[in-house]
Amino acid sequence: MIRVVLPFHLRNLARVDGEVELEVAAPVTIGKILDALEENFPVLQGTMRDHGTLKRRAFIRFFICKEDWSLESPDKLLPEEILNGIEPFLVVGAMAGG
Amino acid sequence: MSTIRVLVGTKKGAFILTADGTRRDWKISGPHFAGWEMYHLKGSPVDPNRIYASQTSGWFGQIIQRSDDGGKTWNTPGSSPEDLSGPGGFPKGESNKFVYDGEVGKHLWYDGTQHPWEFKRIWHIEPSLTDPDTAYAGAEDAAIFKTTDGGKTWQELSGLRKTKSHLWQPGAGGMGVHTILLDPKNEKRIFIAISAGGCFRTDDGGKTWKPITKGLKSPYELPDPDAEVGHCVHRIALHPSKPDVLFMQKHWDVMRSDNAGDQWNEVSGDLPSDFGFPIDIHAHEPETIYVVPITSDSLHYPPDGKLRVYRSKTGGGDWEPLTKGLPQKDCYVNVLRDAMAVDSLDQCGIYFGTTGGQVYCSPDGGNSWNAMAEHLPAVYSVEVQTLK
Repeated sequence: MIRVVLPFHLRNLARVDGEVELEVAAPVTIGKILDALEENFPVLQGTMRDHGTLKRRAFIRFFICKEDWSLESPDKLLPEEILNGIEPFLVVGAMAGG
Repeated sequence: MSTIRVLVGTKKGAFILTADGTRRDWKISGPHFAGWEMYHLKGSPVDPNRIYASQTSGWFGQIIQRSDDGGKTWNTPGSSPEDLSGPGGFPKGESNKFVYDGEVGKHLWYDGTQHPWEFKRIWHIEPSLTDPDTAYAGAEDAAIFKTTDGGKTWQELSGLRKTKSHLWQPGAGGMGVHTILLDPKNEKRIFIAISAGGCFRTDDGGKTWKPITKGLKSPYELPDPDAEVGHCVHRIALHPSKPDVLFMQKHWDVMRSDNAGDQWNEVSGDLPSDFGFPIDIHAHEPETIYVVPITSDSLHYPPDGKLRVYRSKTGGGDWEPLTKGLPQKDCYVNVLRDAMAVDSLDQCGIYFGTTGGQVYCSPDGGNSWNAMAEHLPAVYSVEVQTLK
């Protein structure tokens, strides 16, 4: 089971509280987690990556095991800690303002 | 007695204000979609409880929301419980899918180069006058989209971008279609305005468009002041009883056309400044118009720190300040282009919102004003529904 933490506004859009748990078939990648998220919550389509191109939106970040994977390939395999649910996959709105 | 419902889009959410026909005691609900930029909300003239809303964010992009109960509950079109359980199966999540038709193309950029079109957000939604499932959406970067299924899917009317769009350019706020006017006497005719593309009209339901800018002059914005496209039109308005008469607040200049935009003439007259953003028309007097003069393109606040609506009862030219109830000192707010509206009660109400979060109502056609709300986030848009 993959644990996903969405930012406040996307939790509201998806109408979920707390973490989202997803079944994602191996091999698990960022792209496949996003596919599963959008399949379960169609309202999230276009909010994390663009329609069509599936390019990450500029102010969206993906944090994995305390590292920023935003610029990694969406096809890169994720670590065991994500696969077995020890660590959550974090979708984060980029820091802005001051 | 009638009920007035005012739909207010702000920088940090949407608010719905309601009152009876006296328009004295306002009940405020909201914020709806707290924390999101709510560019515009507008109800269907056919079914007033059907309200479309543009919800947007620099982080998370564009969302379209729809209410079918007057703003009590909301869903992204295509994802309501009825849609989920219906024969159509699962929603496709395409209510926010605004994809330009065909080759994306390029427009003029700030530095004079050509820049590819990039969808950013919906500035304005204009529901059809005859069908609650049909609506038009004005986009940044400038384009017009149409839905015929209640907002579940949107298709671009791409003929607009075939109208010398390589010469359109963004203003300081971006390059968006901010005004969409539907002709109540000719369903094939639509007027739109773009900052800074100009003003356009279609007479075939959106297949083809032509610039309607003859008479506009922009000597401080364009190298050719009489250019066919590229003018920074801030807002246009029409009265349903006389749809061939258009009024325009341009970057500078208040303009009037008596032939559906084929020729414009300046009617700034004795205004203290002819720079401004909104322009609107009295519900029952097609020659009574309202503007809010702003000091200049460099100083986006009212002249002398006095918030004054100006009214012309002669279709422009002669203007009178309306000040009763409005702050007449130390006021440095702006009133944005989509933030003025009127109701249709016998004694027409005029409404506007400010970037300081105030929303004002005049229940007597502008003679006096009351603050309906004073501490909202910056107001982007105001629309009014007159409910029986």
